[in-house]
Amino acid sequence: MNRSSTKTRPKPQGSRPSSSSRFDSALGWSPGFSTNMVLRVLLCILVFCIFALPFAAIISGAFDRNTSPTEITLLPKTFTLANFEAAAQQGLWGYLLNSLVVAGGGLLLQMTVSVFAAYSLSRRKFRGQALVMLLVLLTMMLPEEVIGIPLSLVLGDLPLLGISLRGTVLAVILPVGIWGFAIFIMTEFMKEIPPEIEEAARLDGVGEFRMLFTMILPLCKPALGVIGIFGFMMVWDQYLLPLIAANDPSDYTLTVALSVLRNDTTVGPGVLLAGAVMAMIPSLLVYLFLQRSMIRGITSGATKG
Amino acid sequence: MTVTPTRPAETRAATKGGKQLPVRRRGNRKQMLAIWLFLLPAAILGLYFKFIPMFEGVRLSLFKVQPFLGDVFVGFDNYVNVLTDVRFMDALGHTVVLGLAQTLGALVVGFGLALLLEGQARSLWVLRTAIFLPVVTALAVVGEIWRILYFPTADGPLNTILGWVGLEPLQFLNGTDTALWSIAVVGIWSGAPYNMVIILAGLTGIDRTLYESAGVDGATIWQRLRYITLPALRPSIVIVLTLAAIRSLRSFTEVYVLTGGGPAGSTEVWMTRMYSLGFQRNDIGVASAAAVLLLVVTLLLTVGTQLLARRKAQR
Repeated sequence: MNRSSTKTRPKPQGSRPSSSSRFDSALGWSPGFSTNMVLRVLLCILVFCIFALPFAAIISGAFDRNTSPTEITLLPKTFTLANFEAAAQQGLWGYLLNSLVVAGGGLLLQMTVSVFAAYSLSRRKFRGQALVMLLVLLTMMLPEEVIGIPLSLVLGDLPLLGISLRGTVLAVILPVGIWGFAIFIMTEFMKEIPPEIEEAARLDGVGEFRMLFTMILPLCKPALGVIGIFGFMMVWDQYLLPLIAANDPSDYTLTVALSVLRNDTTVGPGVLLAGAVMAMIPSLLVYLFLQRSMIRGITSGATKG
Repeated sequence: MTVTPTRPAETRAATKGGKQLPVRRRGNRKQMLAIWLFLLPAAILGLYFKFIPMFEGVRLSLFKVQPFLGDVFVGFDNYVNVLTDVRFMDALGHTVVLGLAQTLGALVVGFGLALLLEGQARSLWVLRTAIFLPVVTALAVVGEIWRILYFPTADGPLNTILGWVGLEPLQFLNGTDTALWSIAVVGIWSGAPYNMVIILAGLTGIDRTLYESAGVDGATIWQRLRYITLPALRPSIVIVLTLAAIRSLRSFTEVYVLTGGGPAGSTEVWMTRMYSLGFQRNDIGVASAAAVLLLVVTLLLTVGTQLLARRKAQR
């Protein structure tokens, strides 16, 4: 979110706003001390409270001995790890492990599949290309939710192969492996790479695999970041798929397990909060590391339409 | 390009000599093979987990599905069932209301956030990062967070705050009047920061001298927004917004996690209705018909908007 394209605005001298910087933002925020500034700070605090404080409350609740929704505070009154110990007894670490395996495997598969497909779709012309691209776009209209019911049948009995994936991590990993959005982003990016790059290598008889991995892929780092974080969020967000892919509750991912735990009256809200924190941490880390890619992805999607 | 017909296994040996012409973007047979090999993983996964389920869904929608007894072909009966079912029509209404409220709400709030947080200061950047958290949090977790905030007793977190400003406590997710709007608020909360980023990118693209000359002409801030900022943002926002609205037709997880369609069906949306039919009542035929209808509608709307956008871009 850091944009340094325009010059940093001049430091305010005293309380007098410098005249030119009034035009740096659409609302004409002035940098110096003024009623405007006070208003802006107040609004910022309000906005921060609305969007970020609920997280603080959840984290605090997870470490508080006394968690009932009515007693939630921003800092734990009596700090304790008891909720996490109780969470361990409920097998939440196992669910977290499921989530991590599914996210790791699914993301790896998804990125590999997308890179391969994008390489074909962007670097070569071939008959049927437009059709393939159309099918890729069509898969974007077929998210797991829309085809959930037949998908659950397919997962239970793969056509032709006749094996059931249900109850294995593959039942989640394989379906998320194909994601039209990632293929599309990657294809668009690879199209921008000039074809001259390949020509010299091609004369030397470099094979397609080496071409992809040594010539093209190193140039695709920004796009890899984008499909990396979006793919992670897509997999981590899966709710219905792990639900229909599971054979019994021990196959659930953390996000699914949370809503099951909530309905379990023997489990206190503290465990639920501990689980919510556990589910938040990986996405938080990925976001903080790949923030730039995230922003790039959103804004490029916005201009593409 | 004359290439001796080779079987796949032989291709590598056959082209070892490396005597092919450096033809770019037009493959010979070996390259064609490579192209399709690279597409193979996507094709297999797409076939198994997208297209077979899709065709299976269409097929099931034409049958009365009975496990053990065998399926009976019923033509379009399932579709008639869906379209004449009162609860499905209620769900359709909820879906549209919820979709519009979330999409428009997230746009307005996102726009406000972008205007408020525009700028290069480090503090603003930190604030933007913090505010973006709801977007990266899994929807199921967002749902759990809000179920706690919405705790319906008078001393629940949000009701406490309402009490400070002197408002009566609300039932939120537990009240038939408030539940749908409560879900919409959650959708706006987790969607607005995303829109903020899009709009911020649009804002930085606006020529600063326009603001300056508007200032010279004595334009008010409001006029500046109305005549410079909004027109500059419109193209990037409209299409994104339309697609978000279409996507909202199939919103499922947040409703399922927050209310599961209750209380008394007041938040039942198309998808939750479909799943309670499909998985709880095992009425797979009717549920499939509902899925196919949803797919057809979203497909038509998406293609329609894209065509409109393209035509506009050409003009």
